[in-house]
Amino acid sequence: MILQQVINGVMLGMVYALIAVGYSLVFGILGLLNMAHGSIYAFGAHMGLFIVGLNFGLPAAFVFAIITTGLMEMLMDKVILAPLRAKNAPNITLLISVMGVSYIVQNMLMIVFDSTRKPFPKLFDFGTFQIGNITITGSQISMFVIALVFLLLLTFIVNYTKIGLAMRASRENPKAANLMGIDVRRVVTFTFFLSGMCAAVAGVLVAGYYQMVYPTMGVDAGLKGFAAAVLGGIGVLYGSVVGGVVIGIAECIATAFIGGNFRSATAYLILFLVLLIKPSGLFGKNNVDKV
Amino acid sequence: MKTDKKILEIKGLHTYYGSIHALKGIDMEVYEGELVTLIGSNGAGKSTTLGSITGIVPATEGQIIFDGHDITKMKPSDITKLGIGVSPEGREVFGGLSVEENLRIGAYTRKDPKEIEASFNEVYELFPRLAERKKQTAGTLSGGEQQMLAVGRAMMSKPKLLLLDEPSMGLAPNLVEMIFELVLTIHKRGTTILLIEQNANMALQIADRGYVLETGNIKLSDTAEALRANDDVRKAYLGSAG
Repeated sequence: MILQQVINGVMLGMVYALIAVGYSLVFGILGLLNMAHGSIYAFGAHMGLFIVGLNFGLPAAFVFAIITTGLMEMLMDKVILAPLRAKNAPNITLLISVMGVSYIVQNMLMIVFDSTRKPFPKLFDFGTFQIGNITITGSQISMFVIALVFLLLLTFIVNYTKIGLAMRASRENPKAANLMGIDVRRVVTFTFFLSGMCAAVAGVLVAGYYQMVYPTMGVDAGLKGFAAAVLGGIGVLYGSVVGGVVIGIAECIATAFIGGNFRSATAYLILFLVLLIKPSGLFGKNNVDKV
Repeated sequence: MKTDKKILEIKGLHTYYGSIHALKGIDMEVYEGELVTLIGSNGAGKSTTLGSITGIVPATEGQIIFDGHDITKMKPSDITKLGIGVSPEGREVFGGLSVEENLRIGAYTRKDPKEIEASFNEVYELFPRLAERKKQTAGTLSGGEQQMLAVGRAMMSKPKLLLLDEPSMGLAPNLVEMIFELVLTIHKRGTTILLIEQNANMALQIADRGYVLETGNIKLSDTAEALRANDDVRKAYLGSAG
């Protein structure tokens, strides 16, 4: 029974990991908590819904959602955040601005798609597997594998490509990165695209897993992803993955043993405890500035 | 080694650093193959000059011409691409990245893997210490090693002009000497260098020519030899009255 819940938790946790990585990417390079990330995740799910509605199938939905959601994040950066950064606006201004973006995106989704819960086709399901007394569904496996593929892709980009090196250099020292010929603004734009990609993949996966889509779906998922990012140490990519899986497992165990009403509360409880006991998270660096 | 080609020409440059009028119309030039030094005390505007050349602190008036291009209003990343390599003040290495990755970023604007490989070999040959520590993160290096890394990183772009901002800052005297010797070696191998230094004594010993900057104005410019002999310079910067 516990093992079953742990497995359910890992499967679900991979999606939280994807959302958390989206937070961490942007936080790492800009020191900004992108509170619009949840709404942008919902945006991704709706973009998927749009393509599924046109009967193009799930793979096309993923591709379309990734591209449009990535562009959406880039647009948010170009139109709202970049001008503020150019004016050296304090971080709190940026934070409030992204919260505004969050509501704008959510309300736009309500206007265009209406606010009801809309059915979404089940994620690639190839039957149910029984190992001992543990059941794993095909959708769960698809969700796990797709999330894993994208997490690996991201790891590869950040650690083994030229743009990834530029990303890591820019987050360490943007001024020096500029002097080395790295166009830091372009690196930031690219980072937002990657963050949008993570949100879109997570959005379509969850839509397919629960077979439903609605404009406020990002509120809950966004906060869980945020909790996962904080747990792992925000800005640390592998930390976000671990955080996501831990929150997924905790949530499934709490649901099974305490009750479904506590499902979402688990993530918040963890967030609260982390902030209380170790605010820098499991793998976060203590923010001591060397002079 | 010096040619007649002006690689860098600064004409009537005014720059504000915030609300401070840091550069009040300076003129300077560096010929290909030269080692020129810009000396001056703290706050004279040395680093602002470098900031204006690299585009970090844009000039408000005047012109900076590098290798035939007007770079006065260009973005830092574009200026670097034209062939200016910088070792910034305070070293500014990427502490969380390995030595090798730091150097790879230095070559960010270059494409040909073979040429980049050649530069790696050259830098490792000049700084064997960096070769020994290539997998180590830069933050764990000593101050002297970080300075070597900053210079090596600037050389990785195979610059037409190498800008060194206070490479001796914060280093022990024996390391200062070593760094200046390395700068001279790099210059003798054919790199044009503009060396910004507070340590006028050392800088004037290795440079061909020098400029003396005082509160935003070029006060003197001459060959390094003549500056070393100049009474005002001796009093103000070389710490000896006679």
